[in-house]
Amino acid sequence: MAFREIDLNMGPQHPSTHGVLRLKLSVDNEVVLRVEPVLGYLHRGMEKLWESLTYAQVVPLTDRLDYLASLSNNLAYCLAVEKLAGIEVPKRAQYIRVALVELQRLASHLAWAGFMANDIGAMSVLLYGFEAREDILDIFEEYCGARLTVHGVRIGGVIRDVDATLVSRIRAVLERIPHRLEDIRALLDENRIWKERTVGVGRIAAGDAIDYGLTGPPLRASGVAWDMRKDIPYSSYDDFDFDVPLGANGDVYDRYFVRLEEICQSIRIVGQALDGLPEGDFKAKVPRVLKIPPGEAFHTIESPKGVLGFTVRSDGTDKPERVKMKSPSFINLQSLEHMCRGNLFSDVIGILGSLDIVLGEIDK
Amino acid sequence: MPAEKADRPELAQALEALTGRFAASVLSGAVDRGELAVRLTKDALVPVLRFLKDEAGFNAFEDLVVFDELNASLGGGARFTVIYRLYMFPGALRARLTVGVGEGESLPSAVPCYRSADWAEREAFDMFGIRFEGRPDLRRIYMPDDFDGHPLRKDFPLAGRTRGL
Amino acid sequence: MTPFVADLLIPVGKIVAVILYPMVMVMVMIWLERRVVALMQGRLGPNRVGFQGVLQPVADALKLFFKEDIIPRQADKLLFNISPILVMFSSLLAFCFVPLGEPIRIGTYTLTLWIAESQVGLLIVLGLSSISVFGVIFGGWASNSKYPLMGALRSVVQVLSYEIPLGLTVLTVAFVARSMDLVEIVRRQEASGVWYGFLMPISFVVFWISAVAETNRAPFDLPEAESELVAGYHTEYSGMKFAYFYMAEYAHMVLVSSLVVILFFGGWLPPFPSVKALDFLDAVPGFAWYLIKIMFFLYLYVWIRATFPRYRFDSLIRLVWKWLIPLALANFLAVVLVRHLR
Repeated sequence: MAFREIDLNMGPQHPSTHGVLRLKLSVDNEVVLRVEPVLGYLHRGMEKLWESLTYAQVVPLTDRLDYLASLSNNLAYCLAVEKLAGIEVPKRAQYIRVALVELQRLASHLAWAGFMANDIGAMSVLLYGFEAREDILDIFEEYCGARLTVHGVRIGGVIRDVDATLVSRIRAVLERIPHRLEDIRALLDENRIWKERTVGVGRIAAGDAIDYGLTGPPLRASGVAWDMRKDIPYSSYDDFDFDVPLGANGDVYDRYFVRLEEICQSIRIVGQALDGLPEGDFKAKVPRVLKIPPGEAFHTIESPKGVLGFTVRSDGTDKPERVKMKSPSFINLQSLEHMCRGNLFSDVIGILGSLDIVLGEIDK
Repeated sequence: MPAEKADRPELAQALEALTGRFAASVLSGAVDRGELAVRLTKDALVPVLRFLKDEAGFNAFEDLVVFDELNASLGGGARFTVIYRLYMFPGALRARLTVGVGEGESLPSAVPCYRSADWAEREAFDMFGIRFEGRPDLRRIYMPDDFDGHPLRKDFPLAGRTRGL
Repeated sequence: MTPFVADLLIPVGKIVAVILYPMVMVMVMIWLERRVVALMQGRLGPNRVGFQGVLQPVADALKLFFKEDIIPRQADKLLFNISPILVMFSSLLAFCFVPLGEPIRIGTYTLTLWIAESQVGLLIVLGLSSISVFGVIFGGWASNSKYPLMGALRSVVQVLSYEIPLGLTVLTVAFVARSMDLVEIVRRQEASGVWYGFLMPISFVVFWISAVAETNRAPFDLPEAESELVAGYHTEYSGMKFAYFYMAEYAHMVLVSSLVVILFFGGWLPPFPSVKALDFLDAVPGFAWYLIKIMFFLYLYVWIRATFPRYRFDSLIRLVWKWLIPLALANFLAVVLVRHLR
């Protein structure tokens, strides 16, 4: 053991690694020199598995990737398949998809806010965030029977139509969430201790962020206005009016701020989607056994974690030849070392939390 | 249905500059489905990436996809097809570089050019066995370090090779 | 009253009381903490074991009692076993000097509500509560693992640093009361009619913050927080030894709350003594007032824990050295000046 440099291990079992992630840290008297994430503890061989399933059978497995935002995974995959097969999704289905995915974004960000605050010591925020999230999970349960691995978006559309009761329930929930958000903001936004632990910590500049492939809220916190919903709109996102919150410094506080603002924007989008719900089918006519002529397509969406993409390659049979997932958490985690270098190792927890990673997505 | 980006002039310009500069190595190039699609030989990979990053403005590395063309390669042709996806921000334009690489051959590493290619290359090595030259520390990323085989290859069985523990 | 009763039974009884009293308070604290924090977070907390969950601490104690006692292989056995005892011992012994009320007359015998009164009682209590530092450092060292050791070192640095503003603010009280005897301090507050917490609010605030840091409680609980990298000096402890650390922390909190109440809020004195209309408050025994007041501060401990995030270690140390100590010094000088000019 070198005199000043110590190797520390944040094992796969740790309350704050948000999953089974191992971090090998090298510290010099409390200052972090190197951070090396060790992955693979949750590797389930998804991509290999998908090659042996039909296109429709793959969809429920995508739930298990980013399990805190399962509808986003469904959507990304289904959009890639629809692009490949040339399936036109009806407008009504697109609007329902937007409403579902934005509700999912709300749920994901509320869970993230709770976990991040809990890691830094503000235990009550965890419970407040989850209380708000419960309402949303109840809606998912009513819609398609599952709370977490929702599988509500299918190839060609969504699983079923929304009726007036569900719409009014969603609206009631949207009324309640801003109050919980107020509680969380009152506890944290201007709190001296919170700011001391987050402002200026884990900074990454815009240029470095893009070079490291960072996407999603961490990138927007560095001031880069890259949001796939605006850049390459999908599923009728260009019909909706919303802002993309940006940060200025690229530190942990800005990432926290950006995500809370995104919660407010998502509430707006869901409201607009429900208001303007057009008539039509909730699903396109897709053959029961979907065979796609040889080709390849790549489609990205803006998931709560970042830019999520699927490459789907078909060979004429009913099973995909290859499905490759571009995982935002996987790529975001690469920049952890850059962000942690020079900070104290007590900050590693906060920085890791601010990246909002999900191991299911990283390890596939 | 996502609207395809209409072919933008920047893409055509980039394509022209590319085919002009790297005529020998560019096997085919087109603006296809709103993307700049180029197929090239592997020795030109890093120079082309540099060109696209520094001069054409594709500042973000999106994805590295590997296809195992086992069946196609039996009749001649490279075993693996590797696609590099690049993105331009702002501008929202995509570029797609396709390279063929044989079994046992290696590719030059994109990491000196785009740092975000780091783990993607490790994943390609881990899952397919493609080596990358010019980068430190090429190790497996998902499987244990002493694992034998490359799981995503078509000739690797779905249920794995070990029988029990 | 025979000498047997007066000289043996009563003192032994008092000693038993002095051991039981913090233990009972610890049980109350465990329940209070879990229920109150839960209710603040919008959930219920333990409410099954006994009425409103009051027997939950008993269930916890039984569980810990029956757990396997694990000692790490290379651990220093003597120190490993001694540390929980040291920590508990320091908190409990200090209670001997804490007065709970005015002496009660029973017939011809005067029953004092304390075990010992000393002219330097304040100093003794502070000194005894500092012995817990040894328990912490022995525990961290004896565990033979780098994480508990680092946690123990941090904890010790924190406790030692925060003792300075603690001592400085206590000095102001001793100065104004012209005594270090805890009983005298309360009597002086009674005589002067105003409690020192209102006379010297800055002293109280600095003392309270230092006290929270002394007891390693939120928001100063980084050395022992489980979601941090370094898990604290009691990581390797299990079963009853861990229970000792746990109970000693609560006992220390009760001790510190008692100190706050005695030094700054009149100990066993009823509030508003000069208001004639509230004279009925005098009917409530002093001991009850004392209990009510420390319950408030214990509740405050829990309230703070449920609300604030945790300080990072360097911010914690910066806070005490850059802010609290200069403030405490300036405050002491101000008190001396004001008194002198009076």
